[in-house]
Amino acid sequence: MGRRAEQETEVTLTVNGRSRTVRVDNRTSLLDLLRERLGLTGTKKGCDHGQCGACTVHIGGRRANACLALTVAHDGADITTVEGLADGTGELHPLQQAFVRYDAFQCGYCTPGQLCSAVAMLSEAGPSAVTDDLTTEPALTPGEIRERMSGNLCRCGAYPNIVRAIDATVTP
Amino acid sequence: MRSFAYARATDASEAVAAYRPNAAYLGGGTNLVDLMRLGVATPDSLIDVTGATSGQIDDHPGGGLLIGAAVRNSDLAADRRVRERYPMLARAVLAGASGQVRNMATVGGNLLQRTRCPYFQDVSTACNKRSPGSGCQAQQPGAETENLAILGHSAACVATHPSDMAVALTALGATLHASGPGPGSPEHAIAMPGLHRLPDASPERDTVLAPGELITAVELPPPPPGRSTYRKVRGRASFAFALVSVAATLEIADGAVASCRLALGGVAHAPWRCQLAEQALEGQPATAGTYASAAARELRAARPLPGNEYKVTLARNLIAAVLEELSS
Repeated sequence: MGRRAEQETEVTLTVNGRSRTVRVDNRTSLLDLLRERLGLTGTKKGCDHGQCGACTVHIGGRRANACLALTVAHDGADITTVEGLADGTGELHPLQQAFVRYDAFQCGYCTPGQLCSAVAMLSEAGPSAVTDDLTTEPALTPGEIRERMSGNLCRCGAYPNIVRAIDATVTP
Repeated sequence: MRSFAYARATDASEAVAAYRPNAAYLGGGTNLVDLMRLGVATPDSLIDVTGATSGQIDDHPGGGLLIGAAVRNSDLAADRRVRERYPMLARAVLAGASGQVRNMATVGGNLLQRTRCPYFQDVSTACNKRSPGSGCQAQQPGAETENLAILGHSAACVATHPSDMAVALTALGATLHASGPGPGSPEHAIAMPGLHRLPDASPERDTVLAPGELITAVELPPPPPGRSTYRKVRGRASFAFALVSVAATLEIADGAVASCRLALGGVAHAPWRCQLAEQALEGQPATAGTYASAAARELRAARPLPGNEYKVTLARNLIAAVLEELSS
């Protein structure tokens, strides 16, 4: 096998329910695959260093930074992006509806990452860094929501309404 | 980013056999992929080890736990046995990074992450760790030293190790299991804090692992007696590296310190086991005065850099405050 062939790999992923087979340069991040190869530009590139959360997607149902994920290491993975949060009938996900209702964004650049992060966060078990009693399943208070969403930055500072929108989804 | 070949190993011996000079093992990639993008790490092949070691946490004979190196940080912190029996470890893991990063990052990778010294991460500056012999920009006048070492550093390097988990594993006296290169992938057990080195004249070596050695598991001894916790001080409330952190266990009997284990994070090239403070505490009255003087004794050896003198006071106060919290 030639040097170039060694540095490329064919992978198959399920993206928003659809199987996609692509041959990628091994350096291709999942973020660049989604945006540049699959045309799914909902997922945003912010810092490209795992620090801002704008690229958050679900890998196997768990939130992850797509900029730090190498596509080649996720052969066979099930990926959900912001384009896949709404159901097939066009009805927005309840959290997307809450973001609209509570005005949880300004410029909107971080919003896809906020949404993917929060949807997965709501199904995560266990305590966080601000939980007093580690042995309980803590209620998702606004303080817990803020801590659990600290991987998603918003330069517009829409945090108060982001927390309100998530809180409204937790306790409708 | 430099081009690289990619292969997935299905067990530890396959991973170790596939290792070549200038290959790198890939866990969750949360640090390595970033370093490759920055041009700091330039491997020509990646060996994906997320399927090569256990992703399970198993009860270990004698009352401890055996944590596979491929266990994700979030799964470790959410494990009920860890939360109930090793709260210090759960708190340390939850204090690190973000929800997204903890979902990706593995236990083995967490221990082997590189320093976040700004000069190590900037390929345009001198750094003996990244480029041996090039110098240490962090020790030049005007350097940003806020996050750098106050203990155990050398003329060659003042970097700190960024892992919170490693600090807890040091205070818990965990043992790491590694598989080495060579016939039969020989097993190597490393008692924490023995994994990470102080920089001396060879800061390019973060750990005692030989090239190609692979961490396969972390063995926790039975929970320490008494109470334990982890406290981290950082520049913002969440998603930041420690300025100083402390992992502590404290057992009090008849008003005196029966046993104590202390480790500091954010202060040295390795998790810093506070043996001087531990010796000063053992058998002494469990009082605020004892805690303050033990903390002062540990920090007497501190040699802060221009700009990070605050860490000495912070570390001293943090040790005393955490011990008071554990004895309340």
